[in-house]
Amino acid sequence: MQLNLEPKIEDPDGFYNQLICLHDGLSEEESLELQSRMILLLANHIGDSEVLSEVMRIAREPFEK
Amino acid sequence: MPYEYPKFKYRRSPDQDTADPVRHPVVITGAGPVGLALAIDLALKQVPVVLLEALDTISVGSRAICFAKRTLEVCERLGLGGRLLEKGVTWKKGKVFFGEDEVYEFDLLPEDGHQFPAFINLQQYYIELYAIERAQELQEFIDLRWCSELRGINYGENEVHLTVGTPDSIYQLDCDWLIAADGARSFCRKTLGLEFEGRTFDDQFLIADIKTKADMPPVRRFWFAPTFTDADSALLHMQPDDVWRLDFQIGPKADAVKEMQIEKVMSRVRGMLGDEIEPDLEWISVYRFQSRCIRNFRHGRVIFSGDAAHQVSPFGARGANSGIQDAENLAWKLQLVLKELAPESLLDSYNSERIYAAEENIRHSTQSTDFIAPKGTVSLAYRNAVLSLAKQYKFARPLINSGRLSTPTIHLESTLNTADIDSWLGKLSPGAPAADAPLQTPKGECWLLSQLKGDFTLLYFTDGSVPEDVEAELRRLSENAVLVKPLVIGLNSESQGVSLFDLQGLAALRYDARNGTTYLLRPDQHITARWKRFATDAVRKALKRVTCN
Repeated sequence: MQLNLEPKIEDPDGFYNQLICLHDGLSEEESLELQSRMILLLANHIGDSEVLSEVMRIAREPFEK
Repeated sequence: MPYEYPKFKYRRSPDQDTADPVRHPVVITGAGPVGLALAIDLALKQVPVVLLEALDTISVGSRAICFAKRTLEVCERLGLGGRLLEKGVTWKKGKVFFGEDEVYEFDLLPEDGHQFPAFINLQQYYIELYAIERAQELQEFIDLRWCSELRGINYGENEVHLTVGTPDSIYQLDCDWLIAADGARSFCRKTLGLEFEGRTFDDQFLIADIKTKADMPPVRRFWFAPTFTDADSALLHMQPDDVWRLDFQIGPKADAVKEMQIEKVMSRVRGMLGDEIEPDLEWISVYRFQSRCIRNFRHGRVIFSGDAAHQVSPFGARGANSGIQDAENLAWKLQLVLKELAPESLLDSYNSERIYAAEENIRHSTQSTDFIAPKGTVSLAYRNAVLSLAKQYKFARPLINSGRLSTPTIHLESTLNTADIDSWLGKLSPGAPAADAPLQTPKGECWLLSQLKGDFTLLYFTDGSVPEDVEAELRRLSENAVLVKPLVIGLNSESQGVSLFDLQGLAALRYDARNGTTYLLRPDQHITARWKRFATDAVRKALKRVTCN
């Protein structure tokens, strides 16, 4: 399977807002755990290790020299 | 009453009174589980061994307590399996808690039709005691020297010169091969100036082995972030004699001396088990651990095994279990080299196979450590996310790592293997240990692995009678310089000229066997080659390959 990099999110503004509001009232530590929970849920849904490796590679791109 | 350690008497060796150093084929230093297993294995192959032990007693404290199925199978071949199984606590269930919450319960789900369970718990001193008694039965070949401390090593191309210190003299000893089984603080390793590579961890762990009649099931219980004590994790595990292993992760900054004070230990024990508990404290210890190994296990005529060569965190029980696999891997290779039936390069396969195993064990135990003792806020957040999801959502449960329990290393990449040419179903492969299965004999049931007694074995499955050409080759192999014992299994009760039958069909299933299926097994019971159809040339070629001839 290949990582889909075409725009796919149905309601971009709504989704983005939802993502930000999700952290309302949480400490930084709690936010970090929430994000971890989300990533784990999404990663399991994807499952495919090639796709997951590609996600990780792109996520780290700006920090690689 | 805590366990009473037997004392073994120092006896002066005739080697101490000779003008010139006496030369022995094999000297092993360290009479722990690994050194003893190797000595017994060599003795069963009629190789004489001198086993040097600096102390006059066995392991103080329970130390290694979890022995895996493969270890029990090896020990069975050495003549110890039954005693270990009888004394040990067989367990298969584990519970994982996060804070006060039970997150999930696992079952190691051992498959039916194996002689030994997935795990037993047994104090290290029992395995050592039983092995010493076995070594005494084999004293024709095992010269076990107590209070004999290796103090000097000088090795040349063809021999090793040793200096041994005893209560009444220092003497010289020569050997063809020196096997270092002298543990984590190996004198041999230091003397040869070998550096460990790997990681050390700052966290400290407190072990309290307690004796109590409290009525609790033999379930491994592991707490992440327990609320009953100020430790980052805690473990409770049953041992024989009403002894329980309690293990607390007390952090990098804890004061070890204070932590070992009885009142402090008791407050942790009562936190876990309740205020009413009145246990005897059998053993208290604070430890840190490393995950690391030396780069080469063979240095000329000095060969390293067990903790002297590699160390892992205790999570997963991969220390003693992998050390015993080192011993079984080394014994037959050393025997063939000593008998000049194989070149010394066979010993390099010990190095490559067991380094591969050590790396696998280090990887698993390091990953467990990173989960149990996460470093940094992100690691901790992920760890807690996994645990908080796992109770309700089972997808997260495989991510929980409270120790991946020891399984035997499959030497997939070993150069001794002959690659498969046929296609096979099932879990076996060249490099894997042979699978057990129940077999029927005219006298009753027996186990397949119990038929593999430490020689090469040609395992042949038949549904009728054994063809003449196969029979002739089996006979020839059993008279070969490198002995190959035939083991013929009848696939049904009509099989002719056979005394072992696979009437339940489990051997056929596990070995994906049909009429004519042939496996060549190493003396350590690992598969080295297999064919769907018997072919003399292929068998001979595989035998040459596995002996480096």
